[in-house]
Amino acid sequence: MGKLTIGCFASLVGSTNLDFAVKLSAAAMEKGHKVDLWVSGNGTMISIKDQRAFKDYSSLEKPLKELMAKGLNVTACEACAESRGYHADHTLEGVKRFSMDWYLGSAFDADRLLHIGGE
Amino acid sequence: MATTKLGFVVTRPGYKSENPKLALTHAIASQSVEIYLKDGDIVTADIAFVGDGVLNCLKDQKAVENYDLNSTESHIKMSLLLDLNVLVCREDLDRFGLSEKDIVIDAPEFGAEVEVKVVPYSEISQMMEEMNHLLFF
Repeated sequence: MGKLTIGCFASLVGSTNLDFAVKLSAAAMEKGHKVDLWVSGNGTMISIKDQRAFKDYSSLEKPLKELMAKGLNVTACEACAESRGYHADHTLEGVKRFSMDWYLGSAFDADRLLHIGGE
Repeated sequence: MATTKLGFVVTRPGYKSENPKLALTHAIASQSVEIYLKDGDIVTADIAFVGDGVLNCLKDQKAVENYDLNSTESHIKMSLLLDLNVLVCREDLDRFGLSEKDIVIDAPEFGAEVEVKVVPYSEISQMMEEMNHLLFF
């Protein structure tokens, strides 16, 4: 089995790129692959806990929690999160926060890297 | 000991979105990635500006004056200080009527010893083929 690193820089609300990234993570894990998900820029929005789910806006807290329980490794860019007011005490349990070098470290031994840029 | 080569390809103009700056800050992060790796393992970062992305390289940017932000120009200069390979597509500069004199080429004030390379797209394509992974911004 391989390792997939996904970097997603797109916003949770305003695009469905993060929805795609989470669905792809689920599909890869279903096949037995290890998945690292790095969120940076506006993508750090996914790391905030207690977001209210509306049918008109993407909401990924539930699937993200389920996938993290199965081993999905999710890390948010700490500087990107802090600059947006997403502080550690309001971060979804299980989501880690590191600097950008974490993404490159994950890419080091990834079999595939899928980078999804921001808007 | 192993090396993973990452190619950061910037295709979008600066300031309209965060992408070009994130490309540079992530590429610069290659200098501190060792904390996540075994001894001797490294990650390298090459940067290429193509298409509208070459506009990021214009010199004398006034980001501090206008937005109180570090300029993309200063991030390019920081990349040079860190000896990153920075390529700019010659054909795309031509398309905008720009030349080497219009863009940041070196950063002596930062103490950088390497320079931006203005190259034909064929060289950028060759660089991309040599990378393990490509990231488009």
